[in-house]
Amino acid sequence: MTSNRKTSTWRQAPEFRLAIIAVVVFAFMGMLSPERFLSEQNLTSMAFQFPEFAILALAITLVMMTGGIDLSVVGIANLSAVVAALILTEFAGPDLPMQASLLWFGFALVASLLIGAVAGVLNGALVAFLGLPPILATLGAGLVFTGLAIALTGGSAVMGFPEVVAVIGNTQVLGLPTPLIIFILLAMALHLLMTRTAFGIRISMFGTNPLAALYAAVDVKGMLLKVYMLSGLFASVAGMVIMSRANSAKADYGSSYLLLSVLIAVLGGVNPYGGYGRVIGVVFAVLSMQFLSSGLNMLQVSNFARELIWGALLLFVMTTNTTFWNTFRLPLARHKK
Amino acid sequence: MALPDPGAFVSMMGVTKRYAGVTALDNVDFRVGAGEAICLAGENGSGKSTLLKILAGVEQPTEGVIQIDGLQKDQLNPRLSAAAGIMVIFQDFSLFPNLTVAENIAFACQLTQHQKWFHKRDARTLATVALERIGVDIPIDERVESLPVAHKQLVAIARALASEARLIIMDEPTTALTEREVRSLLRIIRMLKDDGVAVVFVSHKLAEVLEVSERVVVLRNGCKVAEGPAEEFDTTSLTRHMTGRDVPEHPPNRLIETPETLMQVRNLNKEGSFHDVSFDIRKGEVLGITGLLGSGRTSLAKALFGLVTPDKGQINLNGHPIPLGDPIAAASSQIGYVPEDRLTEGLFLTQSIIRNVAIGRLDHHDKHGFLDLPALVGDASKWSNRFKVKTPSIEAPVQSLSGGNQQRVVLARWLARAPLVLILNGPSVGVDVGSKSDIHDIIRNLASSGLGVVVISDDLPELISTCHRILVMRLGKIIDEVGAGTVTEDELAYKLAS
Amino acid sequence: MNGFFSPAGFFTRNETLVALVILGFSCIATVSDPNFLSITTVSDILRASIVLGILAVAAMLVLISGGIDVSFTAVAVSAMYMTTTFTLAYWPEMPWPLIFLLSICIGGLLGAINGIFIAWLKLPTLIVTLGTLSVFRGFLLTFVGSQRISALPPDMRGFSRLMVARGTTEGGSFYALPLAFVALIFVILLTWFLLNYTVLGRSIYALGGSVESARRIGINVLRIQFFIYVYVGMLAGLAGIIHGSMSRMADPFSLVGHELSVIAAVVLGGARLVGGYGTLTGTLLGVALIVLVQNSLIVVGIPSTWQSVAIGLLILIGTGVPAWQAKKAAAEAA
Repeated sequence: MTSNRKTSTWRQAPEFRLAIIAVVVFAFMGMLSPERFLSEQNLTSMAFQFPEFAILALAITLVMMTGGIDLSVVGIANLSAVVAALILTEFAGPDLPMQASLLWFGFALVASLLIGAVAGVLNGALVAFLGLPPILATLGAGLVFTGLAIALTGGSAVMGFPEVVAVIGNTQVLGLPTPLIIFILLAMALHLLMTRTAFGIRISMFGTNPLAALYAAVDVKGMLLKVYMLSGLFASVAGMVIMSRANSAKADYGSSYLLLSVLIAVLGGVNPYGGYGRVIGVVFAVLSMQFLSSGLNMLQVSNFARELIWGALLLFVMTTNTTFWNTFRLPLARHKK
Repeated sequence: MALPDPGAFVSMMGVTKRYAGVTALDNVDFRVGAGEAICLAGENGSGKSTLLKILAGVEQPTEGVIQIDGLQKDQLNPRLSAAAGIMVIFQDFSLFPNLTVAENIAFACQLTQHQKWFHKRDARTLATVALERIGVDIPIDERVESLPVAHKQLVAIARALASEARLIIMDEPTTALTEREVRSLLRIIRMLKDDGVAVVFVSHKLAEVLEVSERVVVLRNGCKVAEGPAEEFDTTSLTRHMTGRDVPEHPPNRLIETPETLMQVRNLNKEGSFHDVSFDIRKGEVLGITGLLGSGRTSLAKALFGLVTPDKGQINLNGHPIPLGDPIAAASSQIGYVPEDRLTEGLFLTQSIIRNVAIGRLDHHDKHGFLDLPALVGDASKWSNRFKVKTPSIEAPVQSLSGGNQQRVVLARWLARAPLVLILNGPSVGVDVGSKSDIHDIIRNLASSGLGVVVISDDLPELISTCHRILVMRLGKIIDEVGAGTVTEDELAYKLAS
Repeated sequence: MNGFFSPAGFFTRNETLVALVILGFSCIATVSDPNFLSITTVSDILRASIVLGILAVAAMLVLISGGIDVSFTAVAVSAMYMTTTFTLAYWPEMPWPLIFLLSICIGGLLGAINGIFIAWLKLPTLIVTLGTLSVFRGFLLTFVGSQRISALPPDMRGFSRLMVARGTTEGGSFYALPLAFVALIFVILLTWFLLNYTVLGRSIYALGGSVESARRIGINVLRIQFFIYVYVGMLAGLAGIIHGSMSRMADPFSLVGHELSVIAAVVLGGARLVGGYGTLTGTLLGVALIVLVQNSLIVVGIPSTWQSVAIGLLILIGTGVPAWQAKKAAAEAA
């Protein structure tokens, strides 16, 4: 109803195309090795894997709506995880009884979310108050966050958590992996935020024309702070999921996830110049990437080829979308992508 | 089809341009002789931009013939067109803000001469010569981005000259200039003519049009509807040709009997922009603010809305002080601001009309954190209709609208917030004559309904026909206050310039 | 408006800021360790600057044109590795100038691929180069090889031993400045000439200033952008082969991941993300600062685990301060 673009039918929307791609990739992979790809073990395994980077992709999507980018999401994820991990290993070793360790886990969780929020606000302040381009602000801040994680851990992994930590990343609830449930909840929340709240509409408008947003009396600074803070929060959730699955925390986990998240966001139809993006598109993009990744694994294709295929896929999608994007670029666009 | 004209420098015959079902130009003949000054007049959508683009080689005609110096040219592109001596100066001047004046002036020339090596000294010589030709003195080593608008335009003209232009086409050259600068520009156009350079200019500002052109060509809906020596036209007849109807200007509506003071501005000061500015805005009144370069009128307008932060001073609305330098506070205090450049400052081009109208009222429809979408859309539709925004669908992106309709969208946005004071900065800039008159009607009606309206403009007829009072600014101070109906356009121009 | 807030004065101040920080850093370091300010340190720093410097010049060019490239490290390492494997397989005795030429050519070819997407298809630069980064490295590791090769072609090893200057100081410490440094000097001079004395070079600045204006006055935007990415690819190829040669190993996993340091150097030196601005002096100063920080933090008393934090803070302060000043200036001029 309040779409920012005229879509005559949902069939013409780019998200529909993405859904087709996801289905095609799934079918293709299923055909190539049906016994393994379509096995319950594989499906479950995939459902455990993708939320890690999918949540990061959600974070990047939100920031991209404003025409910016958050290159520090992985840094925030790792820093939050490291801080939580240090709390856990310091105060709650592996031998602590369930009650106490649950309490400490909760505490560590809160601490990690706090770190994510504070880091996000820092990013937001750099962009909103200093006027730094988001690429530079989040690049520098990301280095600082990763650097702090390195400094706190000396570069090595933090291990030795109570058992309860592994719960989030490795259990299932009602047949669905917990990380997947977390992702679904976050995706739904983001979707509602972007389409049904005043905040979400403002973000989209700002991404289309930041100057006009200022002149329309939108609280631009406050909005940017909130956007980057949310991104930081999402990033720290992702960090906790990673930590839970790996049962350890390290400063450089998920270093390939940054590239992957940006790829997914763009693949998912988010306009890198700002103003347009759909959560459902990102979801389909995530699924496509995961199917592709797992399928290639089954076919014994090396990990390196995966990198090649991801990059090629991104270029392919960008190329076929090219006329689509060029109409969204403001002639006076100051930001650069 | 007309016979070829050997005397003309550029000759377009039977030129038609169609884009996907739209006929932008229909069988238009257009010729330019050496040293001739021609005004191309027409509303938005009349085809004049398309004509310029074809001359510049940016677009190719669907049908028709273009001749340069009597020789037929089949495929013009920007480089060929420039090589033939046709230079277009667009409204944004197409300069490089990060390069110096000298480099900007010399660049095009070096390109057309296929030069490979760049010598700073040669560039500076070229630049100096070109600037002398128009009798202007600008520091040539300064970066263009730090120049005022009028100087940027001079650099653009100098650049065209340095490239041995024989025809300079100027698209709306006076939009960004004040009265005195316009005089200066007209003088330069005369100099160019004497030098044998032809000038075609496209303008909405009818008075200038007639003053400096030898010939006027009027387009309407893609067709040439009138052509002749400038003496044969006057403002009324031009308007009639451009719009196809008579558009008379009304005087402002009468003020209500005892207007109460709505807004008080006291001792507003900003270093380098305006000093010790004080005035009142009254309910039901339209107050005009005008001035030349450096008068501070735009800065003052922005300061009223918090986009510029004054160093000192006070603004009171209905007795309550308004926080300075805070557009959000200004808006929630019921002040509205319609910006000068709607494309870059006012509109979200790819977003729907609904969103563009509703953006000021999002919080109003917020229910427990979520938006009441049906109410929001209904609200936006209502306001859009009230301002007669012509569109097949309010979900269409706002960039699909004409200039006049786009301006209405911005008006609708602000009026939906029920402001007490509405500031309009250049309300009819780049809007065709027909819509302009409609917007003036809107302004008058707003005042009658009890708003305090401020119009910042350098369009003197616009000020005279809409405002009850006009403040004249110069060098940051208010130097005069003029009442409605007590001053003619010439007297006002004199006050501005003296 | 002129003077203090004019971009010219402002811009120079960025470079002087960096120079001052370098000076300050060196002073603190010398206080902490009197041996710091010695020929050995200088030659160490110069040596460490070679690869980073060449890559920074390349990155600067892209930034000036209004784009941003993050694939140059992948181009560098791919060109280097492919050259090495080819040489070892077909002509191990190849003299080093030819080896270098081969790497430069491969780099240029890879750069041309970037050019196709950016110049011809007009896709956004950051996303495209993120994509080609993956494609180049993925291709390299999948189809060319993923082994670290330490048995380099003899002339590559030989090159790393060629010195411009070497010797021993009175204090007994050893210093050496490799011939590769001349490559950096050559790149600097060539690029300086290109940017300041050719219309092509000025067109790059023009492009960064306003793409639309460039098109309108007839600049062949496509050709220039294509040239930029090919040139950048060639520089990356050169940097890569020098890196392989001097580290005595062809490691296909190296270089990638250091894009941030390169971009940090360029941005610290005053190049602006929006395009149209950037000088060689500034970039080289930025490189010097980054190299100093990467190699000498410990001398100033900061443990190496804090290196990333230091560089990150440098970027933020180095770009944040000018950004904030620009904001203030804009508000005052309004």
